[in-house]
Amino acid sequence: MAETLEISGLPGRPSTMETIRGSLAARRRRETGLKAAGLVALGFAFTMLGLVFLSLIGTGYHAFTQTHVTLDVYVDPEMISEERLPRGDFDDAVEAGLAERVGGVESKAERRALAKLLSDGAQFALRDMVVADPGLIGQRVTLTVPTSDSFDQLNKGLIDRATPEENRRVTDQQIAWFDALDEAGAISAPFNRWLFTNNDSRFPEQAGLRGALTGTFWVLLICFAISFPLGIGAAIYLEEFAPKGRMSDLIEVNINNLAAVPSVVFGLLGLAMFIGWFGMPRSAPIVGGLTLSLMTLPTIIIATRAALKAVPPSIREAALGGGASNQQAVFGHILPLAMPGIMTGTIIGMAQAIGETAPLLLVGMNAFVTSAAASPFESATTLPTQIYIWADSPERGFVSRTSAAILVLLGFLVVMNLLAIILRRRFERQW
Amino acid sequence: MTALAFGVMLAVALLGYVWNRQAARAIHDGGQRLHSLASYHALYAALLVLVPVFVLIVGWLVLQRPVILSMLVASLPEGTYQGLPTGEQQLVVAEIQSIAGGTVFGTPEPWKVEAADYLGHLRDWSAALMTASVAAVAVLLMLLSRGRVSAAFRARQGVERIVMGLMLFCSIVAILTTIGIVASLLVESIRFFRMVPLTEFLFGTRWEPQMPLREDQIAAAGAFGIIPVALGTVLIMILALSVAIPVGLLTAIYLNEFASARFRAWAKPVLEILSGVPTIVYGFFAILVVAPAIRNFGEGIGLTISPNTALAAGGVMGIMIIPFISSFADDALAAVPRSLRDGSLALGATRGETVLKVLFPAAIPGIAGGILLAVSRAIGETMIVVMAAGLIATLTINPLDSVTTITVQIMTLLIGDTEFDSPKTLAAFALGMVLFLVTLVINIFALRLVRKYREIYD
Repeated sequence: MAETLEISGLPGRPSTMETIRGSLAARRRRETGLKAAGLVALGFAFTMLGLVFLSLIGTGYHAFTQTHVTLDVYVDPEMISEERLPRGDFDDAVEAGLAERVGGVESKAERRALAKLLSDGAQFALRDMVVADPGLIGQRVTLTVPTSDSFDQLNKGLIDRATPEENRRVTDQQIAWFDALDEAGAISAPFNRWLFTNNDSRFPEQAGLRGALTGTFWVLLICFAISFPLGIGAAIYLEEFAPKGRMSDLIEVNINNLAAVPSVVFGLLGLAMFIGWFGMPRSAPIVGGLTLSLMTLPTIIIATRAALKAVPPSIREAALGGGASNQQAVFGHILPLAMPGIMTGTIIGMAQAIGETAPLLLVGMNAFVTSAAASPFESATTLPTQIYIWADSPERGFVSRTSAAILVLLGFLVVMNLLAIILRRRFERQW
Repeated sequence: MTALAFGVMLAVALLGYVWNRQAARAIHDGGQRLHSLASYHALYAALLVLVPVFVLIVGWLVLQRPVILSMLVASLPEGTYQGLPTGEQQLVVAEIQSIAGGTVFGTPEPWKVEAADYLGHLRDWSAALMTASVAAVAVLLMLLSRGRVSAAFRARQGVERIVMGLMLFCSIVAILTTIGIVASLLVESIRFFRMVPLTEFLFGTRWEPQMPLREDQIAAAGAFGIIPVALGTVLIMILALSVAIPVGLLTAIYLNEFASARFRAWAKPVLEILSGVPTIVYGFFAILVVAPAIRNFGEGIGLTISPNTALAAGGVMGIMIIPFISSFADDALAAVPRSLRDGSLALGATRGETVLKVLFPAAIPGIAGGILLAVSRAIGETMIVVMAAGLIATLTINPLDSVTTITVQIMTLLIGDTEFDSPKTLAAFALGMVLFLVTLVINIFALRLVRKYREIYD
């Protein structure tokens, strides 16, 4: 076709078609170039996303198993007597059991080096057993106790045996003992349920997320209990009842801006107002929950208003026509129809709140707490602040614990977002 | 005791609910026509009790602490409290409180033990008085609502008025939050500027918030010049945007113009995951993977790179912002009227040329609004920089060096500190004020830009 349409230009000057044809190759190249650049950018974003998850899984999966050693321990009545319970030389008893198991450990220095294999928590396992059943005194018991962090790492292959002894945290002798135990079948690495049932600890092998999980539960509960009713109330008022004017404009602009205020500023508000002026307890979930609820409020208001707006006016008109009052129409007809959208927005708001760290750190929820909070007025940590504490800890075992805690947090986020998607798919109506 | 007060409130409200409903039904059964349904009479009773009593309890709990403390302080013997500096006064009060709480360190002076007893006494009295007044007010209100039950009483209107008031209160909370933010930042900042002049804060070039522990210590005087901190914040923001803007815009263009509908349908949500990941996760990623990688790379080409280089924090923050920019650009491109695109294609422009030369210029205000919002995000972002950026404020624009940001300083100044009377902790509020104002101005401007631009094409 192009041939027949050929228009000859002025003599000595190329025709339009020639100009176009001449630049065509370059234009196509640019087109491909732009396309390729777009793909590279997308690829970069996806690679980074993949890298985030892979690096977390790669370091975190170690923490989901915990190396244990199985020992026969003689509960020596000379070390542990019924009268002194729950006190007693449980550590000596466990160490004796280990020495017996390994064999050939004579000197005091050697015994001390051998004891390094065991977690500090090993003696408490024995103590709990004996306290529960004092009849064990004077008998032999089989005990499976966690090893210390260094040997947990050794067992997981995270300590390079090829590094020179002086640069390693475990000596050749200790490795030999450990390998002997391993060959004898005394070493096991069961699923680390203690990661979920233990509280925080200075020792990585004993540190668990129980306190952080309960803290997160309290904070989210308070955040939800406050921001959900307040958010829905505000959204209904603004969407359905507020007289259009300066006041509602002001509130509207205000809410949009609040949604974009940096989270650390909310932390300052919580610190100055709730703790400084109202004298609420530091580090307590009540303060964290209140602070986060103020942050979540705009999200819920915006989502609820969108959901209310999506209900067609015919519903309201039918209700009003049937003799309902304005409020009866809203609460009896419009709100129930908007509920799926409101729930979706609320879940997304809660998912944001669960990962929020900075405001919680400012109200002191990074305290070292070794018991789970029984009420929202006791000191607690939350998942993200626990991650922050562990990421700051120098012990190597905390690296994998941190990643594992992050994986738990991401797990919660995935579940919440899936729930939101399912809700939307299931109940969303096309009018 | 508080739980008891709440329990009394709920019980009386429930009682009023049942009682009013029965009364209304009795009128109805007696053959009279009620103006409002019996359920509205019942609800009226419940709300009339719940709302004021709830306010009473919360108000009491908030106000009792300062009242009790001032009574406690007034009761202390002469010469033990009045002459002390503020810090020691707080210590004395804290000690008395901990004695009252049952934790005694050493052997406190007898007047402190006495004061602790008095404090416990006051607290018991306050709790008892609160419960009693709650019960009295609740019962009174219940009787009042019961007295109003009659055939002509407009209970529905009453309920709707209360509900409307509650909803109005809900929407005012948003404004109260803003007022609370401004008030808390302002009050503490003013206290700060009483100690450090505003000009020194705004124009000083040294940021060394370490304060002398003793009066006579000369070594650390403390310097509060915001310039190095602000410079670090801007540096990290620019690094983040130089990752996020090209990647975000290119992905938006690709997804909008070249990708198939199916690819777009799954690529967009996957991209959005990047913005749903909590920032602390990015912070850990930065120190676990990115910073070591940058350092190793630097060693490989013979550069010395600081362990917490601005590059790591800025780069990772950029990754977080990618979906933010790409979705704003996506919206802006999609909002350009079809006629512009069709006209360009009809003239023989390729898709790429159409995007770059026609759609993109038309979408620039919207995209600029998105980028501005991303700027305010990057300035206010906290956890990534707290974990990956430095603590020392250096006056540098070298991205390989370690810099600090406003948010990092706020966090480090306040974590673990409770006293609000040294310039060190108050400085955090001054920084917060700056952060709040800067992001507020950017946000208002950006939101206006985005909205105005939308209106042009709508």
